[in-house]
Amino acid sequence: MRKRLVLYLLLSVFAFLSNVYGAESEGMPQLNPEFWVSQIFWLILSFGFLFVILSKFILPKISNNLELRKSQILENVETAEKQKIESENKIKEYETLINNSKNEARNYFNEARKKIIQDIDKKREKIEEEINLEIQNAEKEIVELKKSSPEKINKIATETSAQLIKQLIGEEINNSSISAIVEDLSKKNKGKYYGN
Amino acid sequence: MHQFNVYRIGPEIKIDQIDISFTNASLFMVISSLIILIVFNLGSVKKNIIPNKIQLLAELSYSFISKMISDTAGSKGKPYFGFIFSLFMFVLFCNMLGMLPYAFTVTSHIIVTFVLAAFIFIGVTVIGFIKHGLGYLKLFVPSGVPIVLLPLIVVIEVISYLSRPISLSVRLFANMMAGHTMMKVFGGFVISLGLVGGWLPLGFSVALTGLEILVAFLQAYVFAILTCIYLNDALNLHH
Repeated sequence: MRKRLVLYLLLSVFAFLSNVYGAESEGMPQLNPEFWVSQIFWLILSFGFLFVILSKFILPKISNNLELRKSQILENVETAEKQKIESENKIKEYETLINNSKNEARNYFNEARKKIIQDIDKKREKIEEEINLEIQNAEKEIVELKKSSPEKINKIATETSAQLIKQLIGEEINNSSISAIVEDLSKKNKGKYYGN
Repeated sequence: MHQFNVYRIGPEIKIDQIDISFTNASLFMVISSLIILIVFNLGSVKKNIIPNKIQLLAELSYSFISKMISDTAGSKGKPYFGFIFSLFMFVLFCNMLGMLPYAFTVTSHIIVTFVLAAFIFIGVTVIGFIKHGLGYLKLFVPSGVPIVLLPLIVVIEVISYLSRPISLSVRLFANMMAGHTMMKVFGGFVISLGLVGGWLPLGFSVALTGLEILVAFLQAYVFAILTCIYLNDALNLHH
């Protein structure tokens, strides 16, 4: 019921509109010369106005804007390229600086190490020489001592034995006889005391 | 065909028995011109390096038309940029405004398109004679044609040259009128077939609307580019 009502309403509106507009539509209105002059007049007026305002005021502004943008972008690109080159140069400088300082540091280190090694070597040589000298001296002393020690021991032995005998017996005995006995004993026991 | 009717708006204006009253056609011409002026004025006042939307629109149309002219007429066509630009925009906006419901399509009237085309034809001919003098008549004598055929070729060339304003104006007028008539016919089918069968023509008229918007742009483009080509003939005489 409602649908049909809407349909009727639409149809009546359409009928009204077609009565208002469609009644006089006979042939093409384009070929009716009644308003030709008016159309030509208003066309020239509005198009002429549009043409004059556009080409005198608006289009120059747009082309100006476009050229301004082009030149500014070109300038920006140029400065960007310059700055790029500058920064590349700076990076190179920085790298050379770093390399130089690395080399210097290495050189310092090497020199210091060499010096220290030389110092150590010199000191060691000196010490070794001193040690050698002392060892030689000591060896000489030992050899001398070795040579002289049996005689001294024998002497001491004879003297002490002579005194011992003197105290024990109260008589002096001939030194030569005692030393003969001591020498005899020391010869017998030579291997025992020195181990050679 | 009531959508093509021209009727008076306001009082009747007459100068020496000539009726130049303000009509609905005049109204839409004025509206198109004003919209173009407003849009492009808004698009040109600010000078941003990164353009906003309306500035981008204005600048894109500028470079579009300027590329079209330099492609067809070369660097000599530059002084006529303002005219071609206005022409393209006027025709485009008149066509596009005609796509609005209840709007009047200015370019669907032969007298409007014919005046534009005749103005272009006369202008191009005058420019040709100014630039080349009587040598402009060489346009009708193509080089490399056998002498026997020459009279025939010259006649054909003259006829084709003289028919330029007619072909130019009728192309635009017929396209606009045919498109709107077709849409009207399909719209009538929707009403007469009602809720039962009206869906198919309704779909058709939706599709036709898209097609008509395409045609509106395309015909404005064709109108402008043909003007450029005619201008090219007058500026750079190749024959």
